[in-house]
Amino acid sequence: MISRGRKPSSELPLPMKALVHIRLKPGVLDPQGAAIGRALTQLGFEGVGEVRQGKLIELELADTDRAAATASVQAMCAQLLANPVIETYAITIEE
Amino acid sequence: MNARPNDPNSPELIAQHGLSDEEYGRILEILGRPPNLVELGIFSVMWSEHCSYKSSRHWLKQLPTEAPWVICGPGENAGIVDVGDGMAAVFKIESHNHPSFIEPYQGAATGVGGILRDVFTMGARPVALLNSLRFGAADHPKTRHLIDGVVAGIGGYGNCIGVPTVGGETSFHPAYNGNILVNAMCVGLVPQDEIFYARAAGIGNPVVYVGAKTGRDGIHGATMASAEFNEETEAKRPTVQVGDPFTEKLLLEACLELMQTDAIVAIQDMGAAGLTSSSFEMAARGEVGIEMDLDRVPMRETGMTPYEIMLSESQERMLLVLRAGEEEVARRICAKWGLDCVTVGRVTASGAMVLRWQGEVIGEVPIAPVSGSSPIYQRPREASPRALPIAAQNVPASVDEASALRQLMAGPDLASRRWIWQQYDHQVMADTVLGPGGDAAVVRIHGSKRGLALTTDCTPRYCRADPVQGGMQAVCEAWRNLTAVGATPLAITDCLNFGSPENPRIMGQFTGCLEGMAKACRALDFPVVSGNVSFYNETEGQAILPTPTIGGLGLLPDLDRMARLAYPAAGQPLVLVGESVGWLGCSLYLREICGREEGAPPPIDLAIERRNGDLVRRLIADGLVRTCHDLADGGLWVALAEMALASGIGADLDLPEACESPAAWLFGEDQSRYLLAVEPADLDRVLAAATAAGVIARVVGRTGGDALTLAGANAICLTELTKLHEGWLPSLMSAA
Amino acid sequence: MEPEQAEARLTVRAGVITFPGSNCDRDAAVALAAAGASVTELWHADTELPRLDLIVLPGGFSYGDYLRCGAIAARAPIMAEVVRRAEAGVAVLGICNGFQVLTELGLVPGGLIRNAGLKFICAPVELAVATRRSIFTAGYGTEQPITLPIAHHDGNYVCPADKLARLEDEDRIAFRYVANPNGSTGAIAGVLGPGRNVLGLMPHPERACDPRTGGTDGCLMFQSLIGALG
Repeated sequence: MISRGRKPSSELPLPMKALVHIRLKPGVLDPQGAAIGRALTQLGFEGVGEVRQGKLIELELADTDRAAATASVQAMCAQLLANPVIETYAITIEE
Repeated sequence: MNARPNDPNSPELIAQHGLSDEEYGRILEILGRPPNLVELGIFSVMWSEHCSYKSSRHWLKQLPTEAPWVICGPGENAGIVDVGDGMAAVFKIESHNHPSFIEPYQGAATGVGGILRDVFTMGARPVALLNSLRFGAADHPKTRHLIDGVVAGIGGYGNCIGVPTVGGETSFHPAYNGNILVNAMCVGLVPQDEIFYARAAGIGNPVVYVGAKTGRDGIHGATMASAEFNEETEAKRPTVQVGDPFTEKLLLEACLELMQTDAIVAIQDMGAAGLTSSSFEMAARGEVGIEMDLDRVPMRETGMTPYEIMLSESQERMLLVLRAGEEEVARRICAKWGLDCVTVGRVTASGAMVLRWQGEVIGEVPIAPVSGSSPIYQRPREASPRALPIAAQNVPASVDEASALRQLMAGPDLASRRWIWQQYDHQVMADTVLGPGGDAAVVRIHGSKRGLALTTDCTPRYCRADPVQGGMQAVCEAWRNLTAVGATPLAITDCLNFGSPENPRIMGQFTGCLEGMAKACRALDFPVVSGNVSFYNETEGQAILPTPTIGGLGLLPDLDRMARLAYPAAGQPLVLVGESVGWLGCSLYLREICGREEGAPPPIDLAIERRNGDLVRRLIADGLVRTCHDLADGGLWVALAEMALASGIGADLDLPEACESPAAWLFGEDQSRYLLAVEPADLDRVLAAATAAGVIARVVGRTGGDALTLAGANAICLTELTKLHEGWLPSLMSAA
Repeated sequence: MEPEQAEARLTVRAGVITFPGSNCDRDAAVALAAAGASVTELWHADTELPRLDLIVLPGGFSYGDYLRCGAIAARAPIMAEVVRRAEAGVAVLGICNGFQVLTELGLVPGGLIRNAGLKFICAPVELAVATRRSIFTAGYGTEQPITLPIAHHDGNYVCPADKLARLEDEDRIAFRYVANPNGSTGAIAGVLGPGRNVLGLMPHPERACDPRTGGTDGCLMFQSLIGALG
């Protein structure tokens, strides 16, 4: 069972911050990235290879323990934030 | 599976490719040697149920496919009918069930993308999309997530490419808990002399690849669609195909522009089984060979193998045979639309598919035996147990009629689908005359006063109770939907969704439904011009209800002579066309109100069906009727309630004298019936026309007021009913 | 009316730009032609424009709406000339995706973000005509709301407070939703550029030019335009 942490009780920033970087799995078609790549070339930017677009989600967390925070964000990714069928994710915890 | 000495292909490898021992034996005979991996992959997909129709082909032959107005029947990418003025309608329905269950957004989106390509590959500009969706029980834990994803996926694709999604149907039943159905239909228009076919010809002509690059998407999607689900397949997800409607829009415009030149000999989209099936089918139809250099195929990923290239199901790709020397024209047009256009091979006289990789031949397979002589099975079948009729007097009323109506109109089967279709752009192209929410959608033929009427329909609970009657009813219901707006029904496309054909009971359901469909199609001059079979819709042995979805197309010669659901005014007499016995067996009322999912479905007399429908259509064409609704799920009072909600005007319904079972009168599902609202001044002429045609028709009520009443009593205020009817789906979807 | 004037009225020259992914370009051209304009199809990759009285940026999903709606189209080769013409007073109408392109170009203030309900909405909506002081809206009465269809996923208009105040002060809000369907600030459905010759709006007037398919409240806008420019 994953601890879901306590509810924030004030307007103060919470002690920990998680950055969840969500990307399409390698090999999964990224239409957005491809369209952005073509547009950059059209605008005259040379030497741009493959473009892939991801998402960055910032979460404030009430956890004070790094390991607990990581575990809890991992559960969030598995259950909601990422679509395991087509996406992978990387978590960075900042204190 | 027998182990064969000196054969490099292990029984496990052969089984993984979904090939039976007998089928593998046939491959050895065809090739005269064991296949290599690329060839094994080719046979695997070409002989999958999905591509080869091996369990269904024998039975599909009984469906009528011809009529004077049919230009192209089954066997091409889509069916084509003559819609007058030199124009033709191109249409087809197809399933994308398994992928939509695994990844609902992308599964549904790529289903829409695939059916669009089937239509524009024939030269037609797509003008309408429809769908038929079946979900599990509304309260099943997966259902909301699946609805949300499927609806967003259908909308995401159709809205972006700019083809209106004008109609469809959605229903719920626990039998679909583990296997939802996502059937997508597309309709296009093309001048009759500008139709393109997928028949390769002209020895030496270049074979050209156009569209998105090839990745490892959905490899073995076709074999997956041909096997039952279990926990393992759900975990072993292949790379899911991602739809790119933007690229499809470019592909659509580029293809239509290229079709205006003389460059194209044949064209086919790369759908299920990708490059393999498109190249084999084009070569087979033209009775020629093709050779391809697979390393020329535009690739999205590094390190792809010939096996992966041949089996990839990457979307938004087309394979063309061009006239020799016209490559430059194609390249110029594709460049304008930002698409890859690469010559990957040429047409040969060899009758074989020859595949090369870096100059070496890495596969050689004769085409005719792979495409045309795939195995055909007449699998054992077993009739469903006979469902017994249920007499109305044996259905005790559990609630009063008004409560029953409230419950039905606010329940999963009949509640408003606005939450769904409001997410679909149903007006782009500015030719939508009747959008979602009525009997049939009507799309104007651009620049004319004529319209196409379109519908999708099926009543799976009837099909389960009695496959023959159910198959018949599905066709009749589609015919009725088109008739109810005033259209002349022309032809159908079918999407036959069933469980495993290896189960005799399921095979019995399949052949029964086909038998009923064939009878109805013949009696109504309503041939089948295209379609798709989807077997193996079962999980852990639990099959879906037999669901032969019918996509119907009709023609409205004059949009000024069209009927709608909503009546325009109070004081109009309501005329019921058709006979009412009060058939409650297998009805929605029996299931939803009495909790009994049983009984024989209502019988259909096809001669009466035709007579009633022909009368209604004539009344609309003569301008005597402008308001019409066919009676279906929930019977008479539900039909009237739907008309009242569309009108915002109430109505009073009579109770017949000495009515023993009001429920049977109000909610019985007797077939071949329509409810009309007519101008009081026209009533006598309408009734006289019915008498002259030998059709039962009588006045059963009158429009007016702000409530639905029953012989002046039991009022349900329309405001309340609207709230209930509109509230169910949004509240389901917003529930925590 | 003198024959010469009648002739002049027929020659209102409208251009409709097609971007990769535009899908209401034909609908706009049909509506303009029905209102009496002579219509030229324009291609996003062109860098020169013919003489035009009106430029229409149509609805659709230019570049798939990838990155941001309208962002890539706003950087298309043709747009530099469109901006020059707009600044020179040529009428520019951006419908739906075209409105998004106009905001990306800065020809109208603000931006359009995901609908508050997070879903695509296709429905007829009632609109209040907030000002008649423009060539686009002069043909409408201001008392009665009009009905036009919307069909968008990203129609939620946002605008910084100072710019909003300026829009209000300068009477440049063209349309407001009677019942806000998408969370737009101030229920704003359409705004005018500073010179009043540029209009961006989310609803689709071109889909409301035929009683059979979507009403006729859109016709008035095109008729008003053709009348003013002719």
